[in-house]
Amino acid sequence: MEPRNQKKAENPLTIDQKIKRRNFISFGVFFAVGGSAITGWRWLLDAPEESPGVTGSARAPLRRALNKTEIFFRNFFSNNHLVKTYPKERAAKNVRVNSLIGIQDDQSFDIQTWRLEVRISPKETLKIGIEEIKSLPKTEIIYDFKCVEGWDQIQHWAGVKLSDFLSHYKLDSLSERNYMGLETPNGEYYVGLERDSVLHPQTILAYEMNGQPISNDHGAPLRLIIPVKYGIKNLKRIGVMAFSDSRPRDYWAEQGYDYYSGL
Amino acid sequence: MMRWTHWINFPVITIMIWSGLFIYWANDAYGISILGFTLIKFFPQWFYSYFHIPHRLAEGMAFHFLFMWFFFINGLLYVAYTIFSGAWRELIPKKDTFKEAWLVLLHDLHIRKTVPLYKKYNAAQRIAYSAIILMGVGSILSGLAIYKPVQFYWLCWLCGGYHFARIIHFALTIGYVLFFVVHILQVTIAGWNNFRSVVSGFEVVETATGGENTVIKNNLENGTEKSKEG
Repeated sequence: MEPRNQKKAENPLTIDQKIKRRNFISFGVFFAVGGSAITGWRWLLDAPEESPGVTGSARAPLRRALNKTEIFFRNFFSNNHLVKTYPKERAAKNVRVNSLIGIQDDQSFDIQTWRLEVRISPKETLKIGIEEIKSLPKTEIIYDFKCVEGWDQIQHWAGVKLSDFLSHYKLDSLSERNYMGLETPNGEYYVGLERDSVLHPQTILAYEMNGQPISNDHGAPLRLIIPVKYGIKNLKRIGVMAFSDSRPRDYWAEQGYDYYSGL
Repeated sequence: MMRWTHWINFPVITIMIWSGLFIYWANDAYGISILGFTLIKFFPQWFYSYFHIPHRLAEGMAFHFLFMWFFFINGLLYVAYTIFSGAWRELIPKKDTFKEAWLVLLHDLHIRKTVPLYKKYNAAQRIAYSAIILMGVGSILSGLAIYKPVQFYWLCWLCGGYHFARIIHFALTIGYVLFFVVHILQVTIAGWNNFRSVVSGFEVVETATGGENTVIKNNLENGTEKSKEG
């Protein structure tokens, strides 16, 4: 006991005391940090929904994170990054129909009178018939269509390249704006697309599937095929095309999905 | 640093698995079957119901794409620290590690009485803790391959295509769960002193001479001589 007391005089802490003290501090920090982590998680879980607008239904902080993440990953986007294409034989014969939102309940729709309406200005609208679109140079693509749900399917589409379409109708200056909005004729399904993806060389306005005119369920007479996006952005039966500098409304972004949804 | 990243990783990976289930549910294509007979379906309905998984895809993606950042940064910190501190020397498998790991396994199963001498991690730990890091890297790469298969087409190709990348991503997640089960079991067996050391950074060892306690740095810090199970 003698040496120990001597030691105590120099250094007031014994090893056992040191152990106790370090344990106390360590576990104190551990539980404090753990506690605040749980508090932080509760805050996020109970965070209020974003106010409904162009996007909606997501927790406000998560929406901010999605938008920030979009900005980061858009740095990697390039028109030189092409979607992998396949030989025709690989294309599915039974092309999956996943959703008919915007086209199934449209009683007033008549394919004979259909025109693509391009909003050039608040007053001016360009109306284009399907035969006119079919007379433009045709682009074919056989690629792996990817759904946000996680399934994918190799599909064969053909139509006019969107960038060709825009320059043919002298819409270049409009397409320089940040976003393009597309809507079905009844306005029940709608998507917003940023300029880069609109002008991607594999983005097409499609009127053929597997070499045949597109069927109603796949979006006759004209639909969007945009391989750099999930299926939710590939709007069927385009009615209206418009351009804007801010985000146009987007059906699935209103339901809590990422606005960008790029691949 | 190693203790911090270890403890941060636990809740982050839990959230990643939880939100990942929301995403997987929307196309739950995987299972294990032999000759057409389904052994396991990922996942049975009771599992989904119990954890409230169905119809939460958008929510799952929002959580997943936020916490992926924490998973990535935390992993990066761990790997960077391990490299720069030299701690990797205690961690990566050596020439004899695989042979020794077998002996460790026999010992843990109470078939063999002794274990080859080791410093910080035994041979089995070296393999397990190195593998889990590689799995983390695999999750990030396969995740990116599924997330941006067009922009990161080369990653997607490296992962054997979109389908295979998704399978890798899923299988690694199952791997984490299995790792977790074994890990918890081992920690429970190793006891309180070991657990405390992972929190506080030191371990209490009874010295042979006087029964006085001494303190050594724990097994998540740099190399100290010991031959205790961890």
